[in-house]
Amino acid sequence: MKYMLLVYSDEGAWSDFERDQCFLDSVQLARDLATRGQFLGANPLQSIATATSVRVRDGKRMVTDGPFAETREQLGGYFLVEANDLDEAIAIAGRIPGVKKGTIEVRPVLEIPGLPTT
Amino acid sequence: MTELPAKSMREAVDAIYRAESRRILATLIRLLGDFELAEDALHEAFRAALEKWPVEGVPDNPRAWLVSTGRFKAIDALRRRSFLDAAETEITERLYPADHNPDPLAGEEIEDDRLRLIFTCCHPALAAEARVALTLREVCGLTTEEIARAFLTAPSTLAQRIVRAKAKIRDARIPYQVPSPSELPNRLDTVLQVVYLVFNEGYSASSGESLTRADLSGEAIRLGRLLLELLPEPEVMGLLALMLLQESRRPARVTADGDLILLEDQDRLLWNREQIAEGTELVTRAFATRRVGSYTIQAAIAATHAVAVNAGATDWPRIVDLYDLLLRLEPSPVVELNRAVAVAMRDGPAAGLELIDAILSRGDLEEYHLAHAARADLCRRLGRFNEARASYERALDLVKQEPERRFLERRIAELNGGKGAMSISGVAKRPMSGG
Repeated sequence: MKYMLLVYSDEGAWSDFERDQCFLDSVQLARDLATRGQFLGANPLQSIATATSVRVRDGKRMVTDGPFAETREQLGGYFLVEANDLDEAIAIAGRIPGVKKGTIEVRPVLEIPGLPTT
Repeated sequence: MTELPAKSMREAVDAIYRAESRRILATLIRLLGDFELAEDALHEAFRAALEKWPVEGVPDNPRAWLVSTGRFKAIDALRRRSFLDAAETEITERLYPADHNPDPLAGEEIEDDRLRLIFTCCHPALAAEARVALTLREVCGLTTEEIARAFLTAPSTLAQRIVRAKAKIRDARIPYQVPSPSELPNRLDTVLQVVYLVFNEGYSASSGESLTRADLSGEAIRLGRLLLELLPEPEVMGLLALMLLQESRRPARVTADGDLILLEDQDRLLWNREQIAEGTELVTRAFATRRVGSYTIQAAIAATHAVAVNAGATDWPRIVDLYDLLLRLEPSPVVELNRAVAVAMRDGPAAGLELIDAILSRGDLEEYHLAHAARADLCRRLGRFNEARASYERALDLVKQEPERRFLERRIAELNGGKGAMSISGVAKRPMSGG
């Protein structure tokens, strides 16, 4: 079963050094998962200051700046993993570097037919 | 095979249902991998028993018969549907594994199933109220209506909670397993929390309220016993001991009008000696493992109270030692407050008052009525009646439960009537060891 592990944290709470260390540790974790066949993907995201929102209403496309960081924690990256059950996914979430500063949201993936395989 | 007339057959099936239905359910959940499917299968199996046993006799191993009948009924039900969705295909694969499993009804597996069920119902990924509801429903076999009545909740709200929890177990795939040894201490904590929450929900019910709420304490004790049988960890012993020792005082802790009676004022002849003996023995067993947790220490405190013939004869130095131990394990201002009250009993009210004032001056328990009530009590014993009155009034401002409000009002009235000298202490012991 696939689980999406969404990494939320306060962007402002990371020093440059901590961020670099987090990337190194995340790469290590991803390689570790890959050797067990559990790694499906992972990426950090650029700051929420770079975010753009797009909506189509009544056929008209609207593009706006944001969303702004109104909540304390922002989505900063994700891991997509293969795990047997929630306990296994929770164990992986507990190893993601961001877990020490922020929150990992564990969401089972809803499988739908017809998606191309990458 | 045993042959029985129709009426006693009905009774025999009922008795088996009461004794075995939770075990059978636990095994069916493992075999079918789905709570709803397992519950339907359980009912189908008992329906089949009522039809077949009068003709064929009661099988030698009714539980095994019911499990396999339930399983076949579930397979039938799945087959009858024209279309199997992904989840059902998966279940079918589990029922007909490519490589044949050893006997799924082996004794050890079935015992483990009950533990699996407990850990799944108490999974930390479920909301706290959902854990309680699900445990009472699936492990204890209470009906949704019974649980709703006990928790003063609408049955529809409670049913919703259970449905949502089951959906999460299925969709997020919360596993049906006993946690690995490295996870076990953490996960066991969550289970014990659920059990103690159920107990307290029943214990805090005053005598005026419906008896169903008091029954929750009995249910929690039964759960504690089951857990101890399946997983004899020291903290399981500690929690069961704590519940038994608190329960032993139930007949003595409130007046006929529902007013609280403090520990030192209780008629100790009303305490249940059997429960005290069992609780004390469990505390000793838990301490002997040298892996002592906070439930065990709280139980040891309760056991120390239980063996004293009256409040004055209590081994207060021992109680202070136990609170020291508890503080080291689980520092909290409420434990500090309880320790301060024990110190007052050991060394005199002035020593206790000094500690309570230090806690209050940190602002930690400023909003906690029992801290002010305890302070008031010590001031009164020192003859500082104006201070005592002020602290009782502060406690009265903060108190929420009606019996406690009446208690404080009585104390203030006593002070105003100049009867301050007849007071004794112990108001603050209720949250940990009193009542």
